[in-house]
Amino acid sequence: MDEYILIFRHQDGHKVASPEQIQVWMKQTMDWIGGIAAQNKFSGGNGLPFDGAKVVHHNNIVTNGPFGEIKETIGGYIIVKADSVDEAVEFAKGSPVLQGDGNTVEVRKIAKGNGPH
Amino acid sequence: MDPTKVSQGLRGSAEVLIPHLFRTEFTRIAAVLCKHFGLEHLEVAEDIAGETFLAALETWPYKGVPPNPTAWLYAIAKNKAKNYLHRDQLFLGKILPQLKKASGGQAVDEPAEIDLSEKNITDSQLQMLFAVCHPSLSTEAQICLALRILCGFGIDEIANAFLTNKETINKRLFRAKEKLRTEKTAIEFPPAAELGQRLETVLLTLYLLYNEGYYSESQDAVLREDLCGEAMRLAEQLIQNESTHLPAVDALFSLMCFHASRFPARKKENGEIVLYADQDESLWDQELIARGAYHLHQASQGDVLSRYHLEASIAYWHTIKTDSREKWENILQLYNRLLTIAYSPIAALNRTFALSKANGKQEAIAAAEKLQLTENPYYYTLLGELYRDIDNGKAMVHLQRAYTLARTQTDKRIIQRAMEGLKA
Repeated sequence: MDEYILIFRHQDGHKVASPEQIQVWMKQTMDWIGGIAAQNKFSGGNGLPFDGAKVVHHNNIVTNGPFGEIKETIGGYIIVKADSVDEAVEFAKGSPVLQGDGNTVEVRKIAKGNGPH
Repeated sequence: MDPTKVSQGLRGSAEVLIPHLFRTEFTRIAAVLCKHFGLEHLEVAEDIAGETFLAALETWPYKGVPPNPTAWLYAIAKNKAKNYLHRDQLFLGKILPQLKKASGGQAVDEPAEIDLSEKNITDSQLQMLFAVCHPSLSTEAQICLALRILCGFGIDEIANAFLTNKETINKRLFRAKEKLRTEKTAIEFPPAAELGQRLETVLLTLYLLYNEGYYSESQDAVLREDLCGEAMRLAEQLIQNESTHLPAVDALFSLMCFHASRFPARKKENGEIVLYADQDESLWDQELIARGAYHLHQASQGDVLSRYHLEASIAYWHTIKTDSREKWENILQLYNRLLTIAYSPIAALNRTFALSKANGKQEAIAAAEKLQLTENPYYYTLLGELYRDIDNGKAMVHLQRAYTLARTQTDKRIIQRAMEGLKA
């Protein structure tokens, strides 16, 4: 069985949601993750808060970010166990992130530890 | 020397006192002696502790119970140990040279005094607990050893609890002791750097020991509650010791308290299990619930969130009988988190049940279909419950499948009743 990372990309990380809305998303996300974990297919994951985020550029220039010039921002990821990329894609389809127009979940296989694949 | 024989063979005025003392003192004496002699001489320690009780058995019924029975037992145990050390080859051939080495080559004429102080007793017992819960042993062997050495259970009782025969248990114990010998396991607290990891093994063993009692199919109800009681006693010892009093221990103890609070309500007089939904909650032990809440609060101090924290929190919500959205939403979220750190089929099934209560049956059915735990009877019991009133035909098919897979008479009876409920 392979591992796949599901990367949540948000169209605009700038938008401020209401606490109630955030709570609804939190529940949906936890229910989604719980459903994957109940199949023993969850390997790990985390949210990536925007607060205090920085971007290091060429020549070590550091900016606050990733806002402004970058259209899409990464809001978090989970790692799932799946037999095929198709199975991982089925997991991704349930992600509440996809309720946002323009948001995407990128599915990428994780290379195994025995060298680059 | 089989401890059960001592406790069963009792007659006379000391009849009540000796079995009681046996349960509490046998393992305390054995632990101290074993620490003194070294784990490789475990049998000797057990024999001397056993002989100590035999001496009480032979004396007390005729001469009366001494004013301080425990002190009497300790004095006898000390004497027997001293005599043993003096006359036995063990002392002359093995322990003496080591003692000489330890004392820098000086001659040692007298064996060190056996220390049966309260402090040394609890320390020895806890150190034994760590020795017994050694990562080199299988979990099954750990539980078996713990029951024998730390809880003073007889081979019969252990066999009964595991629903197996004495030979199997004897073999298992023999192999486990051999392993401890070859691994040269020391009776000591693990070094601070290893404590967290070693404690995890200990907690898992206590958790399973408790579950063995709580879910055992053994017909002996008293024995089952004893298993739970022993797991709680050992967990409490970890709490009382400063270096092992970590949040996860409080969390585990809290979980045990919450479950144990339902003991009086979960069994009919004929021994039949009463399902949670049918229990008379006025029978729940409020004092244990309060203790559970106290330790759950203690457990929340610190930044560790163990599986026991989550399971204790779930158990807390189950101490509130009344159904509410809030209750099931909380339970669902706790299961969601629990499954991400400790998957188990039963947690997956319970999570799906909570999902049906919090989000509705349709969503739960979709989630349940994905679990595919097709060997598990409880999987089909759950599907039967989810389909009830939605598609009773499907519900019946699932319950029939559950009935075929069920391993115990209790489970079969419960499923039978659910099927009858569908027809009605």
